[in-house]
Order: sequence, then structure tokens, then C-alpha cells
Amino acid sequence: MSPEFAIASIVTIIGLTTPILLAGLGELITEKSGVLNLGVEGMMLMGAICGFAATAATFNPWLGVIGAAAGGALSSMLFAVLVLQLNSNQVATGLALSIFGTGLSSLIGQSFTGRIVPQFGSIFPDILAKDPIWKLLFGYSPLVYFALIMVPLTAWFLKSTRAGLILRAVGENDHSAHSIGYSVIGVRYAAIAFGGALAGIGGAYFSMVITPMWAEKMTAGRGWIALALVVFAGWRTGRLLVGAYFFGFLMWLELFAKANGFGDSLPILQEIPSQFWAAMPYVMTIVALTLISSRGNVGASAPACLGKPFLPST
Amino acid sequence: MRLKLEKRPAPSTFMLIATPIASVLLTMLIGMIVFDAIGINGQRAVVDIFLTPVLASYKWQDVAVKAAPLIIIALGLSIGNRAQIWNIGAEGQYVLGALFAAAVGLYAGPDAGAATLILMILAGIIGGAAWAAIPALLKTRWDVNEILTSLMLTYVSFQVLGFLVGGPWKDPNGRNFPATAPLPEGLTLPILFPGSTVHLGVAIALILPFLFWILMSRSVFGFQIRVVGSAPHAARHGGFDAKQTIWMALLIGGGMAGLAGALEFTGSLKAIGLGFPSGYGFTAIIVAFLGRLHPIGCLIAGIVLAITYVGGQVAQTTVHIPNSTAGIFQAMMLFFILASDILIRYRVRVIKAKPSGAQA
Repeated sequence: MSPEFAIASIVTIIGLTTPILLAGLGELITEKSGVLNLGVEGMMLMGAICGFAATAATFNPWLGVIGAAAGGALSSMLFAVLVLQLNSNQVATGLALSIFGTGLSSLIGQSFTGRIVPQFGSIFPDILAKDPIWKLLFGYSPLVYFALIMVPLTAWFLKSTRAGLILRAVGENDHSAHSIGYSVIGVRYAAIAFGGALAGIGGAYFSMVITPMWAEKMTAGRGWIALALVVFAGWRTGRLLVGAYFFGFLMWLELFAKANGFGDSLPILQEIPSQFWAAMPYVMTIVALTLISSRGNVGASAPACLGKPFLPST
Repeated sequence: MRLKLEKRPAPSTFMLIATPIASVLLTMLIGMIVFDAIGINGQRAVVDIFLTPVLASYKWQDVAVKAAPLIIIALGLSIGNRAQIWNIGAEGQYVLGALFAAAVGLYAGPDAGAATLILMILAGIIGGAAWAAIPALLKTRWDVNEILTSLMLTYVSFQVLGFLVGGPWKDPNGRNFPATAPLPEGLTLPILFPGSTVHLGVAIALILPFLFWILMSRSVFGFQIRVVGSAPHAARHGGFDAKQTIWMALLIGGGMAGLAGALEFTGSLKAIGLGFPSGYGFTAIIVAFLGRLHPIGCLIAGIVLAITYVGGQVAQTTVHIPNSTAGIFQAMMLFFILASDILIRYRVRVIKAKPSGAQA
């Protein structure tokens, strides 16, 4: 394996990982507050098109990212009003949001198909960002660094801040949180909006960094992988980071197997079809969830109120 | 003046039936306004999506063929939903049903006849049920959340399909295209009206709701499902086994989705390619909710959703909006129906402000 190949592979894996890491972090916060939002795919697509459209309008990719976050967060509010205000079923409402976001993003995106928008420049000097070795550290889109910074921030928020503690209390025991005076509904609104904003930025990674163009349904099911990731990680921030890169690695294996890459060096691996690698994130998630559920305690468990509506007794 | 929600002594039957109708009408109205606002001829779009498939008789066969899988899947899902079992992996069970049917067809060879076709349909039911048995086993054995497992298995099923049609089952005469060879004439479902695309599966989809209606209203099983869903404590005291209910709910949901997949394969598409999973399994969840989990409701809602699919294609050519725009309307219907659920159990009262400045 040549060093060039290794570097190119790592760059690819990081590219594959970033969107699911961002969307996964957002969904983690949402689920920690006790809300299961299955609309990630729809919010990512809304973020992808809103980010693209905002960049096209302002010629500034940074404003584009703000547009993407706004697009994701606004579409998540549709879900929030239904499940928080009207106590609608979270599973059905989340699915509806995914279908809605897919349709609406296609409709908005119609007039943007084939257009090209300005891209992010590198945030580090070219001598580092374009260097064949140093680009491993400095050659990525700003969104990659943003996602990586968000991981310790999220962990710190959940673990060490007062707001994080309230968020977890609302997700673990909404009635107790309510009775000591915290606004369960308010906290959940904020958590859902945050989840939507990060999903939106994750989606914008496709339309603003990877391709960078708009195409219908361009997130290609990564929203569902992000959902799987949160479960696979056992609702832990650190494991979410590890899991995201593991899933990214599996996605890279899929691409590599499709390109017949194992043929020369590892003929045994070439026998394994690419679909095997593509199915692995989902299979591993089912296995992880089964382990979490059967042992009751492997250092991880779902928030106690996940998916349940909050009905104050008063 | 303010609004107050007041719990009804019993769920309102009027609201149960009125809210789905109101949801469809509101979707049309809001859709029109929103489309006009973004510079698309909203009236034309809504007319084409909701009315053209009904008014233009040559579209009826398309509506019937699209409604069949939606109705069949929704029937199975509504049993699960009534028992509070959330199978959202019908799309995967639908795929497995088609794959099981295809396996039987492939190994029977090109000269097989009606007996093989019946076997294929049965294999489809078994395939869908087998895929749903995985979440059922995990749920009953280790209390693993069936929402997440059934959803994950859907994406596994796409890869199983991709592997089979791109590898061992690939049509040798298909110019390397990842799809199975078309079914031989003898293994396709009979067409009901010569010259149309309306196949036997449509008739099955019309009959099954009535069978389910009888099953749900007249049998002990139907009673068990209703009790477990609405009063789990009473069900336990009444001796209804919760695990058995989980198994039945998931197996029936999976079996129906598998049946729909086998019928779609043998009746409509006649070959399985990468595009086989078309979202029916997810849309059927909307059908089940819009049909208020009632078999006859599923029949009507299935037709409504099929109309929007066909209408979406019409609007694609007339007002030049993407095909997936129909999804906006489908999701809006579900949003409205979910939002209106509260009206069944609560009554909205308008309370006038108290004259003497009393604080509310």
C-alpha cells in the first residue's frame, strides 16, 4: 500500500464521516431530551438545498452554512410543533418529516440544478493545505473541523453544564423535571432545533463540499445511517465519534470493493460483495442495540423518555 | 377569549371519520396557497395531483395498480399499530417478499405454470414474515426496540437485493444491467381486463380489507389486538399473552408486506431491479394512519395515496414540478391527520374572558 493511497483513503473516509457525524451529534442531543426524530434524512436534504441556495444568493459559503442550519432547524420545527404541542406520535411524525423534506427539497432545488456556487477556500495557508503530507491535517473543508470541534463541545455541554444536566433530566424523567420547575416543552423545542440545525449542516456537506452541486435526494440515505449511529454509540458522545469513523471506514470499504480495489492485494476480501460492507452499519447497529437491551447495562442506554409524549398530570 | 381542551367522555366517532377527510381537503388548500407563493401554478398542480387521476378514466388503471400494494401493506401495519407495535420496516419486508417469490420462480425454471405462481405468492408472504420475525424475536427475547430494528433491516434488505440482482440472479441477457431476467409468461399474474395493466393483485387488494374487517371485529384475535393496544393492563389480567401479540402483529405486518412485494413483482414489474423498493412500505404507514387503522379506511386511504402518486406524474409534465413533489402532499396529509388526532379525544371549548378582570 503506497503512502499516496493511504493518504487518499484517509481523506475519503473523513469526507464520508463528516455528514453523519454532524447529523448524529444533532440527533444525539434531540434524543437525549427524550425525543426520537426520524426526520433526519428530510432535514439533511432541506439543509443541503437551503445551504446551496443561500450560497448561490450571497456568493458566500459561510452564509450558506448559516442558511443550511436555518433550513434544517426550520423544518424540524414542523415536527416539534406536532409532537410537543399536539402530542402526535413521534415515529409517524418523524417519517412524515423525512418524506416532506425529500419532496420539498426537490421542489426548491429544481431551479438550482446544474448551477455552480463558490466553494470554501481552505482555512489554513496553502503551504500546509496543499502539501501532499500535511494536507492530512490541514487540507479539509472548514466543516470537517467544525464537526470535530462539536464533539468535545457536545460532550462538555451534556456532562458539565447546567443546561446539559437539565436536558438529560428532561429526557430521563420528564415529570420530575417538570415538577421542579423546568420547561420540558421548551427544552425539547431547543433540542429538536439544534438537531435540525446540525442535520442541515451535515446535509450541506453534500451540496457544498462533496459534489458541490445540487441533486435530488443527494444525501442518499445517510440520514438513516446517522440515526443508526446514535443507537450504535449507545447515546454516548465519545462512542459517537468512534462509531462515525467506523461507519465511515465501512462506507469506504464499500466504495473500494465496488472499484474492485481488493483484487490485486487481497483477493480473499474481493470475494466479499460490496453490499456486505454497505449493510454492515445497520447490522452492527442491530447487534449493538441488542447488546444494550439484553445486558441492560453496558455503560449505555436509551434515554428513559425516548419517544414518549409528555403529558403533565395537571 | 381563549381556547381550552376538554377531555371527551368517549372518543368521538364523528371526528374519527371527519378528520381524515378534512386532512385531505386542507392539504389541497394549503398546497395550493404554498405553491402559488413560490411561483408555481398552485391550482393547476393541486387539480392535477388530486383530481386528474380521478376524472381521466385512462388513469384509473394506474391508480388501481398503485393502490394495491399500499392497501395490502397498510392492512397489516394497522394491526400492529392497533396493538402499539411499531413496525416501520414494511419496505424491507416488501423487498424480501419479492425476493422470496423470485427465488421460487428462478428455481422452477421457464416452463413452470400456475402451481408455481401460487407457490411464489406464498413464498412472498413467508419472506416478508421471516424478515419481520427478526424484530419480533429481538423484541420478545431481549426487549429490543422494534422501531429501530425494523427500520435498520429495511436498509439491509436493499443491500441483499443489490447483491442478488447484481450477482447471482443477474439476467445473463441483460447487457450487464443489475436486474433479474423478466418472468416467463406463465409466472405472471393474470390480467383482469384485457388490454389493461390491472392484475389479479388489485382484486386481492379489494377483497382483503373485508376479510380483515371480519377478522378484527368478529374474532378473538381481533379482540385481543384491540385490548392489548388500548388497555394493556386489562389485557394482562384477561390472560392475553403480550409476547404472542407482538409475534402476531409483526408476522402479519411482514406477511402482508411480503404479499404486496410478491404481487407487485409477478403482477406489475415482472423483474426485480435496483429500483424495486419504491417507498410503498413507508407510504403505507401514511395510508394506515389516514385510514384510521380500520380495514375499510385503509382501502379508501390507499386509493387516495395512489391518486397522489399518479397525479404527481401528471403534474410533472403539466406544471413541471419534480415527481417527488407528491411526497410533500402525502406528508402534509399525515401531518394534518396526526395534528387532528387530539380532536378525537378532546373537545375544543372557546372560553370568554371573565368580565371582572379575573386572571386566567
